[in-house]
Amino acid sequence: MTAPHSFVEIRHAQKSYGTLEVLKDISLNVERGQIVAIIGPSGSGKSTLLRAINDLDPLTGGEIWLDGVQVNKALPHRQYEKHINQMRQEIGMVFQHFNLFPHLTVRENVTMAPKLLKKISDKEADKLAEEQLDHVGMLERIDYYPAQLSGGQKQRVAIARALAMKPKLMLFDEATSALDPELVEEVNLVMKKLAQEHMTMIIVTHEMDFAASVCDRVLFMDQGVVVEEGPPEQVFRNPTQERTRNFLRKHLEGAK
Amino acid sequence: MGLDFSVLPPFYGTLALGVLWTVAITAASAVLSFFGGILLAVIALYAPMAIRLPFRFLAWLFMGTPLLLQLFLIYFGLVQIGIDLPAFVAGVIGLGFHFAVYNSELIQTAMIAVDKGQMEAARTLGLSRRQALIKVVVPQAVRDVIPPIGNNMIALLKDSALVSVIGVSELTLSAQRAIGQTYRAFEFYAAAAVLYYIINLGMEAVLRWFENRNRLYR
Amino acid sequence: MDTELILKVYPYFLEAALITIELSVLTIALGLICGALGATARLSRFKSLRFLGAAYVSFFRGTPALIQLFLLYFGGPQIGIQLDAFEAGVIGLGVNIGAYMTETMRGAIIAIDKGQGEAARTLGLSRSQAFRKVVLPQALRLMIRPLGVNINAQIKGTALVSAISVVELTYTAQRYIGSTYKPFEMFFLAGVLYLVIITITGKGVAYLDRKVRLPA
Repeated sequence: MTAPHSFVEIRHAQKSYGTLEVLKDISLNVERGQIVAIIGPSGSGKSTLLRAINDLDPLTGGEIWLDGVQVNKALPHRQYEKHINQMRQEIGMVFQHFNLFPHLTVRENVTMAPKLLKKISDKEADKLAEEQLDHVGMLERIDYYPAQLSGGQKQRVAIARALAMKPKLMLFDEATSALDPELVEEVNLVMKKLAQEHMTMIIVTHEMDFAASVCDRVLFMDQGVVVEEGPPEQVFRNPTQERTRNFLRKHLEGAK
Repeated sequence: MGLDFSVLPPFYGTLALGVLWTVAITAASAVLSFFGGILLAVIALYAPMAIRLPFRFLAWLFMGTPLLLQLFLIYFGLVQIGIDLPAFVAGVIGLGFHFAVYNSELIQTAMIAVDKGQMEAARTLGLSRRQALIKVVVPQAVRDVIPPIGNNMIALLKDSALVSVIGVSELTLSAQRAIGQTYRAFEFYAAAAVLYYIINLGMEAVLRWFENRNRLYR
Repeated sequence: MDTELILKVYPYFLEAALITIELSVLTIALGLICGALGATARLSRFKSLRFLGAAYVSFFRGTPALIQLFLLYFGGPQIGIQLDAFEAGVIGLGVNIGAYMTETMRGAIIAIDKGQGEAARTLGLSRSQAFRKVVLPQALRLMIRPLGVNINAQIKGTALVSAISVVELTYTAQRYIGSTYKPFEMFFLAGVLYLVIITITGKGVAYLDRKVRLPA
């Protein structure tokens, strides 16, 4: 086992449900501060790969490393639980359907995990919530309940909630797919802001324009493998693979 | 023998004390049934088989037999095995456990119905399974079942009359004591009925208030 | 567990179980009648009937069944109602469960889409024809399961008449607990019999529910 060199390193990731292989030997390196977009048709395995990084969908083979520590380390159950909870504190995740906690206010959504896991005081927690919500432009709604927010606002709060744990890596699982078109931009702006602050991000997305404008690298996945990988201008303008060209063409037609 | 409600005033104190005990036993049992219900729901959904099955059996037993019979079992059964509890405590345990079983059924259904994404989001933030259950899943499930749990608690108020048979001096037994002295059954049972009705209205008002307060988060 | 004792006393429990069954059947029958009348009153066009229905439900659901039973049995003679314990049990508990059944039946009827009644009326059916031919058949199907819950509760509820000395299962269990000091054995015996009655009834209700269910 060689020590990893990259900030995030996925080595030979493999995942199958019974005989169905959804990830086939995928490897990926992401450097600190880099932003990688994963695109591909539904069922390509892109969400599964993302959810494997924080072990929501555990791999059946391969390794995930973050900053020199293996995420999916082989440990006895009890120790593994402790380890993975620790790792997840360092990996923020944003879901397609927000998954805000409906019984908590915006403030409580943001502070619940830091208070519980980092044992910060109420005062520190309030300060943290204000900072993080200000960052995503949601400070005015700090004492609202999720049900009182629009989809775009919910997603910005969800981003603030993840950031409040001060993660080393952020994962976005189709963060704007469930939003009405007019609400997409406000979320994209927040993500762009994070990019400018050099947050390391892995983004599963359908939005090619956004991927092209923000990401350092684009991965095109299909049927559980990485078909093509490179800087956005190359993957989008001059794809080398037939499958990539087909996907992009269909996607462009769909967008019209 | 006709009706003569002038027999009531000398016993106002007795009845008032009965009301206090009825409220006390209802409140104590309601609290026990609420937290017991959550505990039983978590056991039913997450405990290992060896623990789950006996609890499942116990729940089945308590839902299939009369509360009155269960009260006799608890009151006399505990004495049998050398635990001599005051009637009040035996009553609270009996009522509390009986309704905990019913509450647990409601809470289980609601816990299953909480969106899977909620557990995922909590786990993603680094919460353990137990923390996620306590902080995220259970509070949502409980809020979803406040109306039916409230109905159970109102049923509990009325069933609290049953503990009179094991000698808890609540409202029903207070009325019986007064009848023992006056032989005026109709007047005192009617008075007890009115008092229960008023407590019932009060509980319903509290429940309404609670439901409204909880509407906000939806 | 003292099996010898159980074998000795079980015939008395079986006999008592028959009384419990008898009480259940009679109270449930009376409850269904009261429920139908109550629901009719609560859905009536006439304000006075609606008020009566609401008052009935409110009183019987707002006070303990035990108090109602005592009021009838011990207080009845003062207002000229003389009943023996069994009669008082049947009437008291039947009228009580009727209040709960009223709400069950009313709930099922108002759950039927308003368009159903309207559609029938546009075909020229009278209000009562529309109700009998269109709304009620659908509501009856809908109310079987919740009525099953009421029935389940009432079977256990018959235990209350032990407090006025009707020799049914709970009374028998209580008496033998007192004379033998074996609460667990007596609970076991009575419990098994209650569970048998309740399980069979539950299966019956489920069967009926399946039988009349409309194809989805």
